[in-house]
Amino acid sequence: MTKPLNVEHDSPSIAGHGATKSYAMQESMIVKWSLIAISLVFLALFLILPLVSIFVTALEKGWATYVASITDPDALAAIKLTLTVVLIVVPLNAIFGIVAAWAITKFSFKGKNVLITLIDLPFAVSPVIAGLVFILLFGAQGLFGEWLFQNDIKIVFALPGIVIATMFVTFPFVARELIPLMQMQGITEEEASISLGASGWKTFFLVTLPNIKWGLLYGLILCNARTIGEFGAVSVVSGHIRGMTNTMPLHIEILYNEYQFTAAFAVASLMSILAIITIIIKNFIEWKAKDE
Amino acid sequence: MKRRKKSVLLPGVFTAVLLLAACGDDPLESSEGKAEILNVSYDPTRELYVEFNKAFANHWKEQTGQDVTFQQSHGGSGKQGRAVIDGLEADVVTLALAYDIDEMAHTRQLLNEDWQTEFEHNSSPYTSTMVFLVRKGNPKGIKDWDDLVRDEVSVITPNPKTSGGARWNYLAAWGYADKKFNGDEEQIKSFMKQLFGNVEVLDSGARGSTTTFVEREIGDVLIAWENEAYLSINELGVDEFEIVTPSLSILAEPPVAVVDKVVDKKGTREVAESYLEYLYSDEGQEIAAKNYYRPRNEEILKKYSDQFQSLDLITIEDFGGWQEAQKTHFADGGTFDEIYQ
Amino acid sequence: MELTLKKRKKNTIIPGFTMTLGYTMLYLSIIVLLPLSMVFFNTFSMSWSEFWQTIAHPRAVASYKLSFGTALAAGVINVIFGTIIAWVLVRYQFPGKRIVDGLVDLPFALPTAVAGIALATLYSPNGWVGQFFDFKIAFTPLGIIIALTFIGLPFVVRTVQPVLQNLGSEIEEASASLGATRLQTFAKVIIPELLPAIITGFSLAFARSLGEYGSVVFIAGNMPMKTEITPLIIMTKLEQYDYVGATAIATVMLVASFILLLLINIIQWYTNRKFSLQ
Repeated sequence: MTKPLNVEHDSPSIAGHGATKSYAMQESMIVKWSLIAISLVFLALFLILPLVSIFVTALEKGWATYVASITDPDALAAIKLTLTVVLIVVPLNAIFGIVAAWAITKFSFKGKNVLITLIDLPFAVSPVIAGLVFILLFGAQGLFGEWLFQNDIKIVFALPGIVIATMFVTFPFVARELIPLMQMQGITEEEASISLGASGWKTFFLVTLPNIKWGLLYGLILCNARTIGEFGAVSVVSGHIRGMTNTMPLHIEILYNEYQFTAAFAVASLMSILAIITIIIKNFIEWKAKDE
Repeated sequence: MKRRKKSVLLPGVFTAVLLLAACGDDPLESSEGKAEILNVSYDPTRELYVEFNKAFANHWKEQTGQDVTFQQSHGGSGKQGRAVIDGLEADVVTLALAYDIDEMAHTRQLLNEDWQTEFEHNSSPYTSTMVFLVRKGNPKGIKDWDDLVRDEVSVITPNPKTSGGARWNYLAAWGYADKKFNGDEEQIKSFMKQLFGNVEVLDSGARGSTTTFVEREIGDVLIAWENEAYLSINELGVDEFEIVTPSLSILAEPPVAVVDKVVDKKGTREVAESYLEYLYSDEGQEIAAKNYYRPRNEEILKKYSDQFQSLDLITIEDFGGWQEAQKTHFADGGTFDEIYQ
Repeated sequence: MELTLKKRKKNTIIPGFTMTLGYTMLYLSIIVLLPLSMVFFNTFSMSWSEFWQTIAHPRAVASYKLSFGTALAAGVINVIFGTIIAWVLVRYQFPGKRIVDGLVDLPFALPTAVAGIALATLYSPNGWVGQFFDFKIAFTPLGIIIALTFIGLPFVVRTVQPVLQNLGSEIEEASASLGATRLQTFAKVIIPELLPAIITGFSLAFARSLGEYGSVVFIAGNMPMKTEITPLIIMTKLEQYDYVGATAIATVMLVASFILLLLINIIQWYTNRKFSLQ
């Protein structure tokens, strides 16, 4: 085993070596197929059925209702808001991820492990707490509350609050993907480039970026998926104003609370389609990355 | 060296630009020449205010020529109250409990402590009460609160800690037990303990409970707002549920108020006050009645009398007002905590 | 934050250390550290006994037990089935394997609220699955475990899978040639190799489950002492205008998260060192 192993990283390849080798130490066919069956049943119960139920309920009352639910002005506003949040949050966290990964993997300094743990922290913090902290900071009774009120700047219960809470929740996603990857690649290529006289930026764009592009894309996709779907943290800071500060998941909750179950599931199915597209892109990326 | 300086700036500038974009594109900014009102309300008033907002917008346009648009926010009463205290800039609040508005007056002086005298009838333009929703044919034969403590009856009510409606439920049951046991606190508590022992799911809001009862088909009886019970029958299943009115319940007064500090800042006081005033007009009262809220206007109430059965009603004053009721029953260590220990 | 920032002795020629580290620290401080410090800051306004009373309140304690217990149970379920799924995906060929492999990521991509509503619908007594059981699944701790299993599955599969792929066949062959049965090889050779990855996957799933809110509230039933998770207690306290109480409970959860993350990282350092020694 020459490759340094990193438990953290989702390695992109799927069928490893030995997968198809037939040597004397294979399990019997019974064991093999029972294990496959167990996996499939488990996945069916926990993943496929919920997915199917969303689409069935969404289409229960026919296409017309379905289309009407997702083209409702409030639904469209929710979609627009969610996309706006994505457009702000994902690039910001991507820049951070690249910068942080550069600092952590290209240099050695004391306290690096502490830094990595701190970057990981939002991942383990309950979304409810993530929302709460921004209320404590920017809420009317919070640290900056009075100042914000006097200057008529709205953070919580408006777009900035939703953006910043989402940023917190999706904070580690890109960095987490890049750090192990760049650690594995080492610094020799960059050193060579610099000593040949290339600038730091040139080195980054021409040497580092091509090396990490698939990992970066993968991180972006995870970050994107979580940004679209974040519920707990956004719920605390949104204010739930229809057509204004409702993101898609909050809109689903509201429809659900208005007894519009079909409409709720219609919007949910839209989000499921997004999730499925995400997965397809992700698989495509893994496949491309493996090719190279 | 020069180049590196520039490079330090780049990600920072980009970050700043995006953050500024986030702040600048504030969807809550009101547009000029038009009045915009944010009404922060509790869960079961969605349908009521959809209709009423339209009616008032027409009325206001006729009166002043000004266009008025509405933003609605709905959720559990406590959650909504907290959002307003934390800075959600509501022009008017229309919540389930006076307590939630009191809290706004206490903690941030968003309005006067005597806000409840601002409008008629304790600033509650409509009332409701707590009734039982049972399945068609009333298979468990539920008639009154006594039936709710029977072993084989399963009850659905929201959590009084988070739901305003649930607090009215709790106090109505307490009031009944109080009368039954002549105020013997031990017996009342044991009655309440039995009742909540029968509760299967304690959702965080009134709407959640209705969903549990209606959609998930859990429980034999749902203790609900009268308006909510009618709504579920008409929206979700005319042939599936029945309303049972207990012998005694509580007069639930959902209050409304103008949030002084916000309307003064936004310059919307006039329209906000007229908006709440209009709830007391004939048209407002009629819309309330149509949405199954008991109107204050006697004539309109009479017109809808077959919809609103008369029953014995206690009031929040029997509990010494909301501050007192909150402290005794719902605060940490109150009677509700006791029965769950 | 006392990081002693020192360039390593062997000076690297790669530029941008000050800039990248500075930016990282700044962004980290603004988005994560400053906000999180508010939790501790607000808790300081309580006296020690008030703090203790809040966090040791029977309802709070019951919620820790529930959150901890259900996260643990879901973690164990995921370790068992997640490892099997990873094994199946790495070692076997079968039709539809690619789709199954992609599907594992669904809980990452699907919004938690959507998952919660869908699971509650399925597992409620009148749901597609729930109707086949005599006992209630949704609105009991069992329902919470199901939601958390859903949330945590990809963590185990995706950490075990790459390790399994990199696991050479040599040691298995050696074990087999020494006369071990397949089961013995599996238990004595393969499992120990996978263990660090399994533990990491478990801890990640566990950490995520402890704080999970969106998917759980719809399926939990939210009964005090019985099915009330800790994040819900925080929400409940907030809705009763008890900010200090909410932050006190949040402090407990934050400390638990710190410890878990530390644990995960220690396992990783240990594993990395072990492999770099080999």
